[in-house]
Amino acid sequence: MIKVSGLTKDYGSRRAIHNVSFDAQQGEIVGFLGPNGAGKTTTMRILTGFMPPTDGEAIVAGYDVVEESLEVRKRVGYLPETVPLYNEMIVFDYLKFMGELRDLPNVEERVDEALDMVAMTDRAQGYIGALSKGMRQRIGLAQALLHHPEVLILDEPTIGLDPGQVVEVRELIRQIGKERTVLLSTHLLHEAQNICDRVLIINKGKIVAEDTTENLQARLVGAERVIVRVRGEADRELGLVIKEIKGVRGVELKDEGVVEFEFASGKDLRPEVAKQVIKSGYDLLELRPLGLSLEEIFLELTNSEPRRGN
Amino acid sequence: MKNIWTIAKREYQNYFNSPLAYVIALAIFLPIGIYFSIIMWVSSQQSFYGGPVPEPSPITWLFVFLLIFLAPALTMRLLSDEARMGTLELLLTAPVRDFELVAGKWLGAFLFVMVLAAGTLIFPFIMNQYVSPNLDKIKLISSYIGVILVTAALLALGTGISAIFTNQFAAFFVTLGLYFFLWFMVNLPADWLQNGGDFLNYLSISDHFSQSVNEGTINLGDLVYFLSLTALGLFTGTTAIEIRRWR
Ligand SMILES: Nc1ncnc2c1ncn2[C@@H]1O[C@H](COP(=O)(O)OP(=O)(O)O)[C@@H](O)[C@H]1O
Ligand SMILES: [Mg+2]
Repeated sequence: MIKVSGLTKDYGSRRAIHNVSFDAQQGEIVGFLGPNGAGKTTTMRILTGFMPPTDGEAIVAGYDVVEESLEVRKRVGYLPETVPLYNEMIVFDYLKFMGELRDLPNVEERVDEALDMVAMTDRAQGYIGALSKGMRQRIGLAQALLHHPEVLILDEPTIGLDPGQVVEVRELIRQIGKERTVLLSTHLLHEAQNICDRVLIINKGKIVAEDTTENLQARLVGAERVIVRVRGEADRELGLVIKEIKGVRGVELKDEGVVEFEFASGKDLRPEVAKQVIKSGYDLLELRPLGLSLEEIFLELTNSEPRRGN
Repeated sequence: MKNIWTIAKREYQNYFNSPLAYVIALAIFLPIGIYFSIIMWVSSQQSFYGGPVPEPSPITWLFVFLLIFLAPALTMRLLSDEARMGTLELLLTAPVRDFELVAGKWLGAFLFVMVLAAGTLIFPFIMNQYVSPNLDKIKLISSYIGVILVTAALLALGTGISAIFTNQFAAFFVTLGLYFFLWFMVNLPADWLQNGGDFLNYLSISDHFSQSVNEGTINLGDLVYFLSLTALGLFTGTTAIEIRRWR
């Protein structure tokens, strides 16, 4: 459904994405995970026919995004990151306008159907300018769903929503993703893990890892970093005690009685570490897993790259 | 082509939702109404002594003259505001050709001005009740064809300029400047040029409208002139949108 190869985009002399390649099948929800400025929006704008790439090729719903841009645009639903809407328009009229541009038969029924899907039927006659952020997001989504697109491209669909709305929107995306191809971007790891079948991790314009959500989970669990705090100073000896334990790596001595280490595998070594630290005569105060930052995930995934492809 | 209509319809309705449109309608009908009253009053005084009968061409002339100042306000935000608001992203990812988008915007503005122009028909109609023999119908039709052609050309140029800018005020001033140039300035040097004067006169809007079509003489040159300006405006707009995509 989506097949991207060697996509590159320069803004003037600034390279926003570099040699991006991936594909997505029908009935698959693919997550595009990366920090701000990674190139998610740029890639999506190319896939939706908004702008052409500097280099490379992308086929969406069977058509080339440059050569057959109109055919692609007919088959793609797109929710831009900023959710641009006409504030001075009435919700229903706006959706009808977008439906007419797509030459839909029975436009008004389609609008009702889309409003129903995003649970906004009661606001159909209200002005867009009066809607909350979450409601705007849902109207944007309704606009993207109007024409039953084969491919749905959603740029950070849950950003700025309150937790309840996030749950709703994710559920909606999961529903839609059963039959259609969905590509969504996010900078939240747990969101990607939560909704997506497969995750592409992008950083500084390059895809640094690609895996199914399960595999990703396994690889990331293996990378968990743990902090050990003991009473008094943490000395080299404590570091050695922890380093001795099979499977521990990346041991670092910090100040104020703190040592950090990480697991080499998915096996949780915390009980064993606790035992050894106490046995060596230290007063164990704390043994806590550190969450992974996106930066650490990139490092971890690029380090574990040889294990890719299982 | 249906997309042009869809976009035009939204734009046209948009004008009626904005106070600007009513201000512009007032700014057109008030001066024309006053001017009309003066014409009628003066000619009623003079007809007593066998003076000339009133004519409708000053009315259409004033309409076009006012458009020079007011049309930039109608076209300034057509595409610039879509770019500023980000809604351009929606239109450029919908299955709409860039030309259809620009032409639709232009058509929406054109239809709005045509409603205003239709409103001014009341003045020749009233005039017709007071003069005998009746007004010269052919000349009147020619004047209004002139209004249609000038409106099409002015609004197309304004739409094209609006596509270049993201700031609507920049679009406004550039458009106003271009209209001034084409109306007052382009053929100023024509009189003291050895040759080339004819060409400069050909570029002038007032030469084609005030001295030609509005006086009942439409010739091919006038038609080609106005249609070329319209095409140029729409082409500029389409190109500007394409360039936006590549940036
Ligand atoms: N219109 C633009 N002009 C110039 N640079 C841009 C433009 N849009 C994005 N960029 C740059 O390209 C890079 C990728 O941006 P973007 O695709 O928006 O990333 P993301 O969506 O992942 O946050 C960033 O460094 C950003 O500053
Ligand atoms: Mg982005």
